[in-house]
Amino acid sequence: MMKDTNCLKYLFGSSVMVIGALGAGQTLADGEITFVSQGSAYQDAQTVSILDPVAEALGITIRQESAPDAWPMIRTQGTTGQAVWDVVDTPPLNCVRGGNQGLIEELDFSQIPNAESMPEEYKTPYSVAYEFYSSVLAYNPEAFDGNPPQSWEDFWNVEEYPGNRALRNHPLGTLEAALMADGVAREDLYPLDVDRAFAKLEEIKPHITTWWTSGGQSAQLLYDGEVDMLMMWNGRVSAIINEGADADFTYNDGILQNTHLCIIEGAPNQETAVEFINAAIAPEYQANLPLHIDYGPGNPAAFDTGKIPDERARELPSFPENAERQVLMSYEWWASSAGEQAERRWLEFMQR
Amino acid sequence: MKATAINNNYPHVSHRDASLGYRRREHVLMLLLMSPAVLVVFVLLLIPLGWLIGQSFYADGFSLEHYQRIFTEGIYWNTFWVTFRISFIVTLLALLMGYPIAYAASILPRRWSMLVLALVILPFWTSVLVRAYAWLILLQRSGVVNESLLGVGLIDAPLALVHNELGTIIATVHILLPFMVLPLYATMQKIPSDLIQAGASLGGTPLHVFMRVFFPLSLSGVLAGMTLVFVLCLGFYITPELVGGGRTVMASMLVSRNIQLYSDWGAASAVSVVLLICVLAIFYVVSRLVPLEKILGAK
Repeated sequence: MMKDTNCLKYLFGSSVMVIGALGAGQTLADGEITFVSQGSAYQDAQTVSILDPVAEALGITIRQESAPDAWPMIRTQGTTGQAVWDVVDTPPLNCVRGGNQGLIEELDFSQIPNAESMPEEYKTPYSVAYEFYSSVLAYNPEAFDGNPPQSWEDFWNVEEYPGNRALRNHPLGTLEAALMADGVAREDLYPLDVDRAFAKLEEIKPHITTWWTSGGQSAQLLYDGEVDMLMMWNGRVSAIINEGADADFTYNDGILQNTHLCIIEGAPNQETAVEFINAAIAPEYQANLPLHIDYGPGNPAAFDTGKIPDERARELPSFPENAERQVLMSYEWWASSAGEQAERRWLEFMQR
Repeated sequence: MKATAINNNYPHVSHRDASLGYRRREHVLMLLLMSPAVLVVFVLLLIPLGWLIGQSFYADGFSLEHYQRIFTEGIYWNTFWVTFRISFIVTLLALLMGYPIAYAASILPRRWSMLVLALVILPFWTSVLVRAYAWLILLQRSGVVNESLLGVGLIDAPLALVHNELGTIIATVHILLPFMVLPLYATMQKIPSDLIQAGASLGGTPLHVFMRVFFPLSLSGVLAGMTLVFVLCLGFYITPELVGGGRTVMASMLVSRNIQLYSDWGAASAVSVVLLICVLAIFYVVSRLVPLEKILGAK
């Protein structure tokens, strides 16, 4: 998964996938689907807030599996035509890339009325937004004496904001931040000027103490005071703030990201899968999610249900006022060949 | 008399036949007993290895594309260069630290030498992951080492001890030290003390005796330890990943990045195969100098 690519989870995910594949012999009766998400606290939160209520309301059985990185399995199931999974909760990059390669079903939105009111950019032909998180600028307030960095421009300004810095060891989101630091307006980011982004990254590279690889690592860096400012996922900052760490973050210049729901090509329970997706993005269930974890609902209509207390809503990345200050990551661009080439340049950049 | 003598020969011959048949049956039995182990090696080692090699030559059909990339693209060269450089430094440091430890363990009274060896082996039972994190805690900006140095006034600003190549080398040396000490100790223990005494009785100073007698005799252990440490270091993953700060990219990390970032199993397999060939080549060269079982079994 994009939020947690540490190797242990990856291995764990692979083993779960193998177990899942072994159970593939039995065909599922109608009224059952296999739903795949990314495990850990995030999947637990969904189970309570969305999956269990939806299963009860539709009278279906939801078999759960988890895979931190679903892409290899999507590719295997799609290409062999031996689909075991039905619905996958995964970054839209996988849905779009999968759809382009015939591994993911195209969605018939006439069957998904709950998606109608959602903003167009929260949907792709193959998928629909399920939940939101954000890559934000987090910092240690103690280190800045009332004047913390509030934008990527500040992050790149090593004169005025001295201190140790960290960025994610991954191009997604990092290239966006570099361009914003270079003065590109949020609405003009895509298509990304990749050369310009890497040139700007080259500038900050000597000042980066650590390029983190897992969400847990980013949290540890800020918690231990190893770095003074860094890009990290909002849920991770909130978690250490709750633990009493000297930490804060801003949604300014945040890179709003989400995971989408999509259906594997040739999934065994297509009809139920579509029914499930429609129910899972219904505002009343979507509104439950932020009560259990620091992620925002994929369907903004959830904010109008009255279920989410106002104070809580203001903390969430997809709360309209927060969303306005951020840029929505374009997975369509990252799925394009320009995006794939940019991704390939990352390793070369790190090595130089 | 003659007849009995001849007759006596028959039981002898038939006995030999029986023993031959018996031995053959024993061989079959041994093979049967071994078969689970052979099967495990075959299923869990040889088949995946074959699959790995096959995959490294595959990109929409047979292709040398992945190997071509390794030998032409800068990042691959760079990674292998970094990997070999770190492995070399780690091996050298482990030798410099491990030799005196092994020497002390080999000349001290048994009780004390056991204590020394226990101290070497004890960290061995702690997970590599835990030890990497322990080094992070010790070496980071607000870590024990930096805080003490700042407190004493030796430095004005925290040193960058971790999240870089230096941190990787420190943590890796710590983890691999037992692999240097144990073969060295095994070799040194077998050097007869008479030889040292003989050297001394012929008028050699302790240093002279050490350089002319003890050290040359311990060389096979030095080579064994260096080979083990070097080869293990080539494939290190968790330590550089956690304490390398993202910039210290070793070959094993290149394998994982190729899969996690690009889902490119062919390229990842090719890197693994090249690394495996490097390891086998090192073992081959060393085996010309020291018998291989001496390195692996520390005989």
